[in-house]
Amino acid sequence: MVDLKNVFKSYNKKNVIEDVSLEITKGTITSFIGPNGAGKSTLISMISRLIAKDNGAITIDGQDIMHTKNNELAKKISILKQSNAINLKLTIRELVSFGRFPYSQGKLKKEDNEKIDEAIDYMELRDIQDKYLDELSGGQRQRAHIAMVIAQDTEYILLDEPLNNLDMRHSVQIMKTLRKLVNEMGKTILLVIHDINFASCYSDQIVALKDGKIVKQGRTCDVIDKCVLKDIYDMDIDIKEIDNRRICVYF
Amino acid sequence: MGYKKKTIILAVIALLLALLYIFYDLSGNIDYILPRRIIKVVAIVITGGAIAFATVVFMTITNNRILTPSVLGLDSLYMLIQTFIIFIFGANSLVMMISEINYLISIGAMIIFSLFLYRFLFKGEKNNIYFLLLIGMILGTFFGSFTDFMQVLIDPNEFMVAQDQMFASINNVNTDLVYLSIIIIAAVKIYFFRFYKYLDVIALGKDEAINLGVPYDYVVKRLLIIVAILISVSTALIGPITFLGLLVVNLAYEFMKTYRHFYIILSSIFIGLIALLGGQFIVEKVFTFDTTISVIINFVGGVYFIYLLLKENKKW
Ligand SMILES: Nc1ncnc2c1ncn2[C@@H]1O[C@H](COP(=O)(O)OP(=O)(O)OP(=O)(O)O)[C@@H](O)[C@H]1O
Ligand SMILES: [Mg+2]
Repeated sequence: MVDLKNVFKSYNKKNVIEDVSLEITKGTITSFIGPNGAGKSTLISMISRLIAKDNGAITIDGQDIMHTKNNELAKKISILKQSNAINLKLTIRELVSFGRFPYSQGKLKKEDNEKIDEAIDYMELRDIQDKYLDELSGGQRQRAHIAMVIAQDTEYILLDEPLNNLDMRHSVQIMKTLRKLVNEMGKTILLVIHDINFASCYSDQIVALKDGKIVKQGRTCDVIDKCVLKDIYDMDIDIKEIDNRRICVYF
Repeated sequence: MGYKKKTIILAVIALLLALLYIFYDLSGNIDYILPRRIIKVVAIVITGGAIAFATVVFMTITNNRILTPSVLGLDSLYMLIQTFIIFIFGANSLVMMISEINYLISIGAMIIFSLFLYRFLFKGEKNNIYFLLLIGMILGTFFGSFTDFMQVLIDPNEFMVAQDQMFASINNVNTDLVYLSIIIIAAVKIYFFRFYKYLDVIALGKDEAINLGVPYDYVVKRLLIIVAILISVSTALIGPITFLGLLVVNLAYEFMKTYRHFYIILSSIFIGLIALLGGQFIVEKVFTFDTTISVIINFVGGVYFIYLLLKENKKW
């Protein structure tokens, strides 16, 4: 369980995250939605200890993340950032191999290689696994980074806009993969996502942020609602029910 | 060609150059000349190795290929210390004459200075590496100007002594100091080993490293101290060679075409040895001691530096 209690974060005296409390149960997909600058990335970076919070408490399975051994935490929680700029000459396979570092400490064993193969296959990267990152398209690179996170094989997976740069087929495929990871392997996934229809169709819970505060949080059907969305995005959004799924029409 | 093969080739070239240097034209008083040459080769091996190694680590931490530890201002601090000693005590003073004392004072000052600089780096949560570099450069310039100022004031003969210190030279390296340096460097490298596995991951960047479980601040702090000690020891032993690290590490990356530190560190060290041994050979046999190794290395390194800047520039 991920547990946030009264978390604050400010930059230059301006609150970017203000009094956020949140509980995320195991084995679910939680989507964070909200306008640009709402504080989604900041929040998710704090949960994954990439940036420090100013106030409040963040615990994972009851352990304070700032007082857990780095390596232990790296086996428990992984993050894919919104933008990934790596300026090394790396192939896809080498990048994915880094995901095993918390277990292998740099010396890959048989089990590590199996996990790497698995992750590469999940993301359909086998054909191009020996290509260098700087020779890839944006979407291929994004999939390589997701494969690395999958190879890290953590209970909790945090993804900041994982569908960036991806075409529809790959977007759907990744969301299905995430669903599978949750259903079959009991993972817990937190993701930031802009496409509310993807959020609506694939998540168990949605957290809507605006100006650093939680506007609404709850089951998908409670958040994907005309009034709520109007509140979040200042925009009239029609909601249609198609095959028991709520689809937003906002064009 | 595999990484192993390339590394071995470099090692063999370095070894051959060392043998050439030791045995070339060996005549006259062999009992004197041979140990002298051997000790010079040893001095080259430890300083070249230390500089190359420290530069690899520094570039990985700062995530770039153009900045070397010399931006921390250690070179100019060394010059300041030397000039200051001459300014206060004179060129014939005990401190200047007994090189052990000079050596220890220099190392001590450089390490203390680095620790002071690093305090800036870990203030706040931002990665303040650019701030550190800025402070390092400003202080470096300040030390340089202060050095110039004192050099203008001192007696011209003493000025010559000060000038001599400015250029790295192994023409008359002190044997005892070589032994002392070996001990310090060996101790530092043994200490380094526990952090070795983190280097590849740190090269991915801070966030990636934290995500993968590297105790980032802890490790980087210690690596930077290791860098400072290695650079201080080699500078105090033979003097400043600003461009050596830049030259060899970039050549190593270009030659090896890998991100793996195991190969990059080894090949940088070997290329460093090749550059220094080759350079020293030219100093002695072509220029007959009319110049020093640092002049040659800095010339070649400087040209290469400009080439790198131009090449990087094209990307934008
Ligand atoms: N390092 C920083 N220094 C100062 N302000 C920052 C910093 N990082 C983020 N902010 C500010 O915090 C706010 C929230 O940023 P954040 O990146 O969390 O937004 P976001 O919800 O992820 O937006 P997006 O949808 O555009 O990715 C923004 O107003 C941003 O300007
Ligand atoms: Mg964001």
